[in-house]
Amino acid sequence: MANLYQYQESNIHRTWILFVVFFLVVGGLGYIFSQAYGDPSFFVFAMLFCIIYSFISYYSSAAIALTLARAVPIEKKDNPQLYNIVENLAITAGLPMPALYITPEMQINAFATGRDKNHATVAVTAGALQRLNKDELQGVLAHELSHIGNRDILVSTVAAILAGIISLLADIFLRSLFFGGIGGRRGNNNSEAGEIFFIAAIVLSILAPIGTMLIQLAISRRREALADASGVLLTRYPQGLISALQKIAVDNVPMKSAKDSTAHMWLDTPFKGQGVSWWHRMFMTHPPIAERIKALQQISA
Amino acid sequence: MTWLILVIIVIALWLVLVYNGLVRNRNRAQEAFSDIDVQLKRRYDLIPNLVETVKGYAAHEKTVLEDVTKARSQAMQATGPAKPGAENMLSGALKSLFAVAENYPQLKANENFAKLQDELTDTEDKIQAARRFYNGQVRDFNISLQTFPTNLMANSLGFTKMDFFGDLTDAEKQPVQVKF
Repeated sequence: MANLYQYQESNIHRTWILFVVFFLVVGGLGYIFSQAYGDPSFFVFAMLFCIIYSFISYYSSAAIALTLARAVPIEKKDNPQLYNIVENLAITAGLPMPALYITPEMQINAFATGRDKNHATVAVTAGALQRLNKDELQGVLAHELSHIGNRDILVSTVAAILAGIISLLADIFLRSLFFGGIGGRRGNNNSEAGEIFFIAAIVLSILAPIGTMLIQLAISRRREALADASGVLLTRYPQGLISALQKIAVDNVPMKSAKDSTAHMWLDTPFKGQGVSWWHRMFMTHPPIAERIKALQQISA
Repeated sequence: MTWLILVIIVIALWLVLVYNGLVRNRNRAQEAFSDIDVQLKRRYDLIPNLVETVKGYAAHEKTVLEDVTKARSQAMQATGPAKPGAENMLSGALKSLFAVAENYPQLKANENFAKLQDELTDTEDKIQAARRFYNGQVRDFNISLQTFPTNLMANSLGFTKMDFFGDLTDAEKQPVQVKF
């Protein structure tokens, strides 16, 4: 990747491609299930349910994330240096100042959440404050602010809606097999076409949830790489973030409050000490640290 | 006949979108420029307090203190192309003041002085941040202005390229000398 702007654009393009694939998968599955079931209404139901459910979680995302991380709000007087760093980065990014929190974890990590830039929150671990110097902290905070600027909470909510629809469809379909809802309806369709759709629907009910998880994780990884690029464009000092990532790469301090549901939000995965096998690479919420460092080093060479 | 009307409507819509986009980007860049002044004003407001504090410990360093005060009023009055030069002179005067303060350990130990020094350093960071944001807005505006097909219409619609902050003239590239 020749420069930061290209790195940024590449990640944005890949996100779009992933979403197109996602929409097609949702549409295709909806069609197949509707044909197999003979009735599209439960696709509509799944869609509405997921949209409503996801927007409720979108609006309360900040509160939940902060409680799970046991984060404590801080004001300017509690830590003026941290406050100034974030304030200056917010000015550079043209964003309103987010609410600042500290979590009592010794692992070096940080996250940003909040439904939009006017309700944004940035949380930093106590470990990060202690173990990173000012340039590294700036790099990390610029990455987090970039998540807010790039509306990544919204992106991941949309991805979660799509994933939820697929999971719900698969779930309803499989359950309906037990309760014999299909038997009667099959007679209405051309039996051959109905059979094919039926078999396809069963296979997909098992495979689709895994597939959607992979797409969701791919989207999450692209947005993390994008936040790296955008963050460096804010500080114009790649070495800060590179140095912080290098420290994180050797940081094996576990996070007590690490949860699967919020793992994607952190700067790097809070589940430390994992090997990076092929299987694990597919299921990572973040690109491997070594890859992120290399990408930034290539750009700043 | 209907084809022609459709084409005209599409072109008209395109022109509206182009014009509105350029207006929006230009206004954002202009607002970003004013934001720099917001940070500059912070600096002006901090300086009198600083001068008073230093006078308490280093009253005989009259030249340095006077230089700072004069540079400040000049910077406040400067407008347009003279502004960056005046601001640079003020930065230079402040640097001289802090350099002189190094010789007065009691002054350095003064809490108020330390706080003001921190605030002024932070203000310099904020000025830099505001300028960087302004440059980003100018970049986006210039890109939208110069890309095809908008560039065909941009001049006739009355939009011109904006300059980045820090397009220093040759005189400004010289090291700053505080001279009155």
